[in-house]
Amino acid sequence: MARTLAEKVWEAHVVRRGSGDEPDLLYIDLHLVHEVTSPQAFEGLRMAGRPVRRPDLTIATEDHNVPTVDIDKPIADLVSRTQVDTLRRNCAEFGVRLHPMGDAEQGIVHVVGPQLGLTQPGMTVVCGDSHTSTHGAFGALAFGIGTSEVEHVMATQTLPLRPFKTMAITVDGELKPGVTAKDVILAVIAQIGTGGGQGYVLEYRGSAIRALSMEARMTVCNMSIEAGARAGMIAPDETTFAYLKDRPHAPRGENWDTAVEYWRTLATDEGAEFDHEIRIDADDLTPFVTWGTNPGQGLPLHASVPDPAQIADEGERLAAEKALSYMGLAPGTPLRQISVDTVFLGSCTNGRIEDLRAAAEVLKGRKVAGGVRMLVVPGSMRVRAQAESEGLHEVFLDAGAEWRQAGCSMCLGMNPDQLTPGERSASTSNRNFEGRQGKGGRTHLVSPLVAAATAVRGTLASPADLD
Amino acid sequence: MEPFSTHTGVGVPLRRSNVDTDQIIPAVYLKRVSRTGFADGLFAAWRADEHFVLNDDVFRAGSVLVAGPDFGTGSSREHAVWALADYGFRVVISSRFADIFRGNAGKAGLLAARCEQSDVEQLWKLLETEPGTEITVDLTAKTVRAKDFTAPFDIDDYTRWRLLEGLDDIGLTLRHAQEIDFFERDRPAWLPVTQPASGA
Repeated sequence: MARTLAEKVWEAHVVRRGSGDEPDLLYIDLHLVHEVTSPQAFEGLRMAGRPVRRPDLTIATEDHNVPTVDIDKPIADLVSRTQVDTLRRNCAEFGVRLHPMGDAEQGIVHVVGPQLGLTQPGMTVVCGDSHTSTHGAFGALAFGIGTSEVEHVMATQTLPLRPFKTMAITVDGELKPGVTAKDVILAVIAQIGTGGGQGYVLEYRGSAIRALSMEARMTVCNMSIEAGARAGMIAPDETTFAYLKDRPHAPRGENWDTAVEYWRTLATDEGAEFDHEIRIDADDLTPFVTWGTNPGQGLPLHASVPDPAQIADEGERLAAEKALSYMGLAPGTPLRQISVDTVFLGSCTNGRIEDLRAAAEVLKGRKVAGGVRMLVVPGSMRVRAQAESEGLHEVFLDAGAEWRQAGCSMCLGMNPDQLTPGERSASTSNRNFEGRQGKGGRTHLVSPLVAAATAVRGTLASPADLD
Repeated sequence: MEPFSTHTGVGVPLRRSNVDTDQIIPAVYLKRVSRTGFADGLFAAWRADEHFVLNDDVFRAGSVLVAGPDFGTGSSREHAVWALADYGFRVVISSRFADIFRGNAGKAGLLAARCEQSDVEQLWKLLETEPGTEITVDLTAKTVRAKDFTAPFDIDDYTRWRLLEGLDDIGLTLRHAQEIDFFERDRPAWLPVTQPASGA
């Protein structure tokens, strides 16, 4: 029978088929760990006298809490420091490999896994973080889990799960210059809504997806969760194999050939049926930004802030009214007239080398507008080193931006990088929830290109607005 | 985990859709390394507003939260469930839950009961007309009851069974340890490892 990519990966990992209402037991190939969602899981193991079953399939990094300045000094926030110290103690006790602050491989967990070559097609990958969907760009089944599930994976290397439904998101056509993976995914979420993907694995397909680089595919899959889907996937192809070849943990020699042969069998079969399908025309897409307080509240940059009175659905109208009140925006304001205080370039969505290159290209020879603060936070120390070897840091510094160390930073404001109440940001991150980037902070989600152009103009803008 | 069969407590109307886990508990409250003590962070930003429903004395001791659709979206933080439970909530009623939140709730003994939106609206009206009304949630019968109003709710049968029995997932899975051994024996050798396997 013809099967989808997601179904093939699922089937290959069933340890035990559930009968009746019982879920299947699924094997987990890679478990990524960080300081925030793991301490209670390690504590649970300790109390039950259980080991980590497969420390060799587990890897930890410090990302959510870590400061992005003065990383050679102890963390000033004592509670953050306790959490990071707890991770270090737990990893030492349970034999888990850890990349701590300052280490050359430290960084955001979803940047670190792929760059080490640990994320490969056909694998199951989990982490106590909802943006684990990022790894689906390789054709892996990857999803976020809660802390009880983190403990479950540590103890058993499996998870009891019920099969997901499948949704095909086909993006055909060609993206215009200046339109990026971020614009694609923001448009997808605006179309299907923040709950539209619930219960589904999304498979992104079509010529516009095939044309994306691996890093751009990661941006797309990363935000699947913002549409309510735990996982998003893209079938592996030559782009995937070229990215993986010779990475530290990629198979070598004969193993490489065997692996590639297997990976080629994973793509969705001709004639396989999805539970739901949507189509998007890439030719129609333009730079996209959010105006509200959930990632589905987005519009093309050339549009204006919507008028809630024009929204027919009562629930959505109420949500839009609350969002505009929080965001301090008047209906009908052209999005391009919204001025920002802060620009954040980074996160597991857009903190990779291609994102930094794209923004640097816009900033080259230009200055960040007066009164605007721009933070550039590489997704990992390796990304940071690569950027410095290309001189990108000089472009950012010359433009007046801040060049920081790696971490999650202002994406969620767990470290000192936060917005103050009422402050407004253009951010390449993934969530514009109330208070996400700091209490009372107002977030507009944008692509790296829009972020850089906005930094220069001081109001939401695309590079085309700068000429 | 404590078994759950029925619960009766004051219903709290939360007329909001898309209550994401950053609203349930903001990131700055996630730094504890224990499973308890998260009640302070529950709805922290909204509780600063004196008009927020939980600042009303009638609702302060509520234990059944009645919320709008798409409850628990966003971050996978189980702290959201811990914060609700730590505050005293035993049940959340909504017409649609985010997948990860619903899973986390089931693991931590918080009942996520899915009702029709029309029934949620009925409950809201009742709780707002007669604040302090108690709701009885019967997991065996899968019903919610308040005054004369009764509505069915949905929960998957496996989670319901685990909650009724108070069963721990890890213990259940370890009954199948041998099948996990067999599966591991057959995994392809080229799959990546993060380090040399200890003792392998």
